[in-house]
Amino acid sequence: MKIGLIPEIATALLLARLRQTLIAAIGVTFSITMFVTLLSFMNGLNGLLDNMVLNRTPHIRLYSDIKPSENQPINLSKKYSGAYHFISSIKPGSNRKELYNVGAIVQALKSDDRVLGWAPKVAAQVFYNIGPIEMTGVINGIDVIREQNLFYFEDYVVEGNAIDLQNIPNTIILGKTAAEKMLAKVGDNIQVTSGSGEQYTLKIVGFFQSGLAEIDKVQSYASLKTTQKILGKPNNYITDFQIKLHDMSMAPKVGKEYSSLFRCDAEDIQTANAQFETGSSVRNLISYAVGITLLIVSGFGIYNILNMMIYEKMDTIAILKATGFSGKDVKKIFITIALSIGLIGGFAGLIFGFLLSKVIDNIPFVTAALPTIDTYPIDYNPVFYIIATAFSLVTTYLAGWFPARKASKVDPVIIIRGK
Amino acid sequence: MKNDIVLIAQSITKYFTDPLPVKVLDNVSFQITKGEFTSIAGKSGCGKSTLLYILSTMDTDYTGQLWIGGEEMKTKTEKELAAVRNEKIGFVFQFHYLLNEFTVLKNVMLPGQKLAKLSDKDLEEKAMLHLKQLDIESLAKKPAYQLSGGEKQRVAIARALINDPLIIMGDEPTGNLDKKNSDIVFDIFAKLSSVYGQSMLIVTHDEEFAKKTGRTIVMEDGRIISSG
Repeated sequence: MKIGLIPEIATALLLARLRQTLIAAIGVTFSITMFVTLLSFMNGLNGLLDNMVLNRTPHIRLYSDIKPSENQPINLSKKYSGAYHFISSIKPGSNRKELYNVGAIVQALKSDDRVLGWAPKVAAQVFYNIGPIEMTGVINGIDVIREQNLFYFEDYVVEGNAIDLQNIPNTIILGKTAAEKMLAKVGDNIQVTSGSGEQYTLKIVGFFQSGLAEIDKVQSYASLKTTQKILGKPNNYITDFQIKLHDMSMAPKVGKEYSSLFRCDAEDIQTANAQFETGSSVRNLISYAVGITLLIVSGFGIYNILNMMIYEKMDTIAILKATGFSGKDVKKIFITIALSIGLIGGFAGLIFGFLLSKVIDNIPFVTAALPTIDTYPIDYNPVFYIIATAFSLVTTYLAGWFPARKASKVDPVIIIRGK
Repeated sequence: MKNDIVLIAQSITKYFTDPLPVKVLDNVSFQITKGEFTSIAGKSGCGKSTLLYILSTMDTDYTGQLWIGGEEMKTKTEKELAAVRNEKIGFVFQFHYLLNEFTVLKNVMLPGQKLAKLSDKDLEEKAMLHLKQLDIESLAKKPAYQLSGGEKQRVAIARALINDPLIIMGDEPTGNLDKKNSDIVFDIFAKLSSVYGQSMLIVTHDEEFAKKTGRTIVMEDGRIISSG
């Protein structure tokens, strides 16, 4: 058979029923448009929410937890080593908040090539003094540059400059909510009282907004040095190490290593934020389910239109068979029709999907909860477009297959004699 | 001599089972030699059309044997039978079936493109030649649905000729035409047979038409009562 004869016949049949074909194609276009847009939007949102957590959460946090000693004195006694010990009223033994061997930890982190980066932190409990009122708060002493590199600190500083913390001594970046309560402006001075009762005056160089009001009410940031000064501690006083790894999935293992090596506690991101992954995958599942439902519905549209076309074109099918086209050829013709509806409709759908995503991407979306964005988030992942194309072809193929099989089984004798 | 036989039908028997088993063809045997202009005549319901559709390979539900061009048809698959129809048989039906989506020329060329022995260019030339022989070359570029009944039937004949078939089969090809067009179609058939030696097997209930053909097979109640 001449190559291209089947597509030629298919095209002629398509053009003869242009309006029906267009309606079927528009059905596919609509569903692909919605599929692509839905997934792009959903994943944009997922990415945003995940990043909100992932960007600001260390993969491993090394700290010194307040807890009772694991080795109570009785355990050390050889005399009672075989006995079962009942000890009541155990209290945590040491109130030491800082990490031991900070220098050694730093050395280990520097030479460990699994580690992408690390940032030290000193947390200090303080009171903010506003006239006669005292508000509790936490000052996080940070290394601004490291914090910026690992956790995009500057993105969350809504007023002022993050780097001023490092450059100007005795400065603070206040949480936005706390600042509002204190009626403070950038450039003002505020009084803080440390846990041990000493008062300091700090200059506000900026405001910080994480998106979580509870955090913004309590947390504020200062440089490591300033915080150590408030606490009256030397400059090797570090309460936390925040570590980011090249491969996030290694976190539990690396965490355990450091925890046993430096006798500190380690918390990995998988344990701390397990619920986020669940949320993302459920949202993904829902958007795929909706998208695929749309495609299946448009598949039924194609099925209907092809079925109708076959009833209308019985004569054509009969004459093709009488003049030497086999059932298989006829089937190919109708599958070609279905697939071209799928291809054309699908391609238009990809374009419209992209355009609609663009439109959504430009709709303003300003919310206090998400300080880093000002329009709706869209994920332009090419994978969605590939999946959409594949699905549009598969559904239209299936929608075309059944009518095409029916057409291939048409008995020309019945049609030709039946007139 | 044997090479000159284009079609052999042997003991062809067929039943219609719906609604009751009825024997429509009873042990029908005959053969057609090359260049013969044969008609099958008989009253309505005598089984002549049923026989033609069996001979055309489109109806495979029968017992008995059928050879076309020396090949046994009974053992062939649906696809092989389609190829036989394409290459060896030309059809002319009562209701001038053309494909309305295509032009006249394309209608004539389609079976040739399916066979693909000639390039499109050669096929087009050949199709134009046939259309010219049938005096309708001016219609070549027209869409098929714009033609009159007589014109359509002539296009169908051109289409039947495109692959130089062993035999042309017609099911009441003049049944739906007026006297003038019937005569034109008959004259074309006569000319094809006498000038080009084209074998032909035409089913008709038109006694006048049958009488003018070279050989007439007369059927009654599913049996051949006279094979000319």
